[in-house]
Amino acid sequence: MTANNKSNTKSTETLLIRGGRVVDPGNQRDAEMDVLIEGETISRVAKTIPAPAGGRVLEAKGLVVMPGLVDMHVHLREPGHEGAETIESGTRAAAAGGVTSVVSMPNTNPPIDNVSGIRFILRRAAETGLVRVWPTGCITRQRAGDGLAEIGAMVKAGCVAITDDGDSVSKTRLLRRAMEYAKVFDLLVIEHSEDKSLKGDGVMNEGALATRLGYRGIPKQVESIAVARNIALAELTGARMHLAHISTRDSVDLIRAAKKRGVPVTAETTPHHFSLTEEAVVTYGSNAKMNPPLGSANDRDALLKGLADGTIDAIATDHAPHTRAAKEQEFSIAPFGVVGLETLLPLTITQLIEPGLLTWSDAVKRLCLNPAKILNLPVGTLSEGAPADVVLVDPSEERQMSSFSSKSQNSPFLGWTLRGFSQAVIVGGRVVIRREALKTV
Amino acid sequence: MKDLIGLEHLSGAQIEHILETARPMKSLFTRSIKKVPVLRGKTVALVFFEASTRTRSSFELAAKRLSADTLNLAMSTSSVTKGESLLDTMKTFEAMKVDFMVLRHSSSGATELVGRDTKAHVINAGDGSHEHPTQGLLDIFTILEKKKRVDGLNVVIVGDILHSRVARSNFWGLAKLGAHITVCGPATLIPKGIEDVFGRKVRVCYKMEEALKDADVINVLRLQRERQEGDFFPSLREYTELYGLNSERLRLAKPDCLVLHPGPMNRGIEISSEVADGPRSMILEQVTNGIAIRMAVLYLFSGPNGFPANISAAKKGKKSLLEIGN
Amino acid sequence: MTARRKVLTQAQVGTAIKKLAEKIYEQMKKPGNEWALVGIQRRGVPLAERLEKSLEELGASPLSVGTLDITFYRDDMGEAPLNPVVQDTNVPFDVNGKTILLVDDVLYTGRTIRCALDELMDFGRPNQVLLAVLVDRGLRELPIHADFAGESVSTNEQERVEVHLEEVDGEDAVWLNQSEKSEGRSAK
Repeated sequence: MTANNKSNTKSTETLLIRGGRVVDPGNQRDAEMDVLIEGETISRVAKTIPAPAGGRVLEAKGLVVMPGLVDMHVHLREPGHEGAETIESGTRAAAAGGVTSVVSMPNTNPPIDNVSGIRFILRRAAETGLVRVWPTGCITRQRAGDGLAEIGAMVKAGCVAITDDGDSVSKTRLLRRAMEYAKVFDLLVIEHSEDKSLKGDGVMNEGALATRLGYRGIPKQVESIAVARNIALAELTGARMHLAHISTRDSVDLIRAAKKRGVPVTAETTPHHFSLTEEAVVTYGSNAKMNPPLGSANDRDALLKGLADGTIDAIATDHAPHTRAAKEQEFSIAPFGVVGLETLLPLTITQLIEPGLLTWSDAVKRLCLNPAKILNLPVGTLSEGAPADVVLVDPSEERQMSSFSSKSQNSPFLGWTLRGFSQAVIVGGRVVIRREALKTV
Repeated sequence: MKDLIGLEHLSGAQIEHILETARPMKSLFTRSIKKVPVLRGKTVALVFFEASTRTRSSFELAAKRLSADTLNLAMSTSSVTKGESLLDTMKTFEAMKVDFMVLRHSSSGATELVGRDTKAHVINAGDGSHEHPTQGLLDIFTILEKKKRVDGLNVVIVGDILHSRVARSNFWGLAKLGAHITVCGPATLIPKGIEDVFGRKVRVCYKMEEALKDADVINVLRLQRERQEGDFFPSLREYTELYGLNSERLRLAKPDCLVLHPGPMNRGIEISSEVADGPRSMILEQVTNGIAIRMAVLYLFSGPNGFPANISAAKKGKKSLLEIGN
Repeated sequence: MTARRKVLTQAQVGTAIKKLAEKIYEQMKKPGNEWALVGIQRRGVPLAERLEKSLEELGASPLSVGTLDITFYRDDMGEAPLNPVVQDTNVPFDVNGKTILLVDDVLYTGRTIRCALDELMDFGRPNQVLLAVLVDRGLRELPIHADFAGESVSTNEQERVEVHLEEVDGEDAVWLNQSEKSEGRSAK
């Protein structure tokens, strides 16, 4: 697989990351170690590595050294909605958040449903991207829910998974065919699990709060009905199914049971779903409007438990930039979605690691190792010979979130004080971001 | 308090105070000259993104009887769906230096959104399915005038609760003043979790015969005919059969039970003509009271700091209308 | 620092009202229109009721008494804090063709009376409007005068005249307060 970052000029440098706490669950490492990068790859990880002649040294004492984050659910908006985000601005936001691999969703305009679409994303990523971009393609032509897209051709062009994200494939037979077809390529099918007709014109979680605010409700069964169907199809076809942005207790329970039976399903949840409940709608208005909607405290508890016990494999942002004008509209009209690339790491640290729900090692699995494994990407570890995508994190750095590198600022977390930010971000051996405080030799 | 968004945000004392202030307003209507100069030089913009004749005229008359100038802006609903920004529109009005924006909009939360962004006083004249506070106030004022109290009364609200802003404002106001609230309608039109939303238990009934027993007040909501297409009920005929208020059903309530309807009525659907025109009907009284309530609201919110939050301090020594009632 | 001085005692207030009633009755006896009293909220209201009683004792036949709250007619809206408590206005008789006696406790700038006149005219067209006050403290800002005054007290703008009546304040008395800050020439 090609590493498609901007580096037309490939790194030939030698770089030693010295004295940090290396957290690399792919190699069962969690200890103070040195990491040596030669060119584009990691060449050695060991207790003490002498500084290479002519190479640079990054002093990582007190920092966590981990694989670059792999965000398997990102809307880069290019082509079609460049006012909200571009591949350039989106990957800049990713780098700022310590994310070195971005899996782009195909619901652009036009949708990415053919080879030239995949090639366009890869070319723009090579020209303007600051981190790696792994494109996904649509399941159906035009993402219209009718007829299969040219899946095999897209895979050849570099498509890493297929999804109609933003919508569920509502025709069950069609989805069955897609899964059977994808299985031949060992291609992952990502489903946005939603029963659209049950959702109707709902805009937030159904219940007392929606009743009070006068907003149409979305019952949690909108998700769990689709999750149950998707699990059943994975069971039927044996194809690998990944369930995007899981948000309810019922879904977590279904997935747990399915995994127990050995059904090939994996699942992700988002930082906003594990950090917030529907009450956020009152405080943040349309910046707390997302699909699936924020749930009850009961749902959030189930997500935390699912993350802790491994039922939920991955944390992904569902980074969904929208312009200020779009989000400033009335709640019922404003689009669903929030940006997330730049709050993924600190929310994971503040909400999951600090309270003891996840160890650092487990967190790195959810953020790096598992997404890479689910998608068969050669990243997500610090294995010798692997691409040198590394992040140096100061777990104690505190920042008040005031603005983002993303073109869009639609986030309920603006104004929050969070801890745990990256100090240096390395993609393919190149240091793309380095905080001034970080000492180099 | 700068804006009137909903009765949710008012204290019981504030609600009582608006009701009390509506009384001298209503007494103005018996004068030969029904207009007082108190809001002379103020401008009230009536911004209606949804068609409404009654509420708009009522606000307009209220503003004019207080000598305010009015600016009528009937916005077409199509401009909203075209994505024209509500805030941009409202900023234009602010630049015209209006003192009040009376806003009607099809989206819940629209008034609050606008209120946060403008210096003008924003008065909610109905936002989506959220609240219609002046309607709630005028309903309660009508009840209070006839019954001399609200506390302990059995108030039944019948119909499409799910989509009704009138119902939500009634719930908040009635709950804060201590009424027992019952809702009745098809299960499809009763929103989830309604029992525990409004700070006082709301009783849910699906049978009129059960709901109307011992009722002191029945507030019949308007049935939007288009709900039938949303599969909320099979036909108007069946709705009328199950939930229409007729004189036979009215006999199940207390003999002095009041009947309210926010208008405009679908005669023969949610309410029979016999009841609508009968002696228990307060429907026209509600229209008159609506003007008094809206005058009280415009007056009370017109101060430099809007409506005082601590109203009890200001009215020290004065008996409240509710106390007089008891 | 506020110096406070009692200008009229309870007994003196009683006498002043009686004297006021006698002056009014002199005028009332003359042939002419039917009379009615209108008290200005708040203390003009009990004062009007007391005057009516005294007038009856003097031999007048019972008179109608109305009340006016001038809040909606004030000329300082937007400058002074809003008066959130609106008292009753109740003129339960036809003012057309009558002689209306407006009653208030203190006459100062004349602005309250201007408001009351405006409001009264919205009820109809009286034949004549007269003004009776318990205390005239001078310092007028408008061409308004009292037809009947119980007491005249000469004051300056730093002072505050407070009429207390049993019905509202629990005592009958008139106080003169020396206040550092000017009362401000508002409606009173």
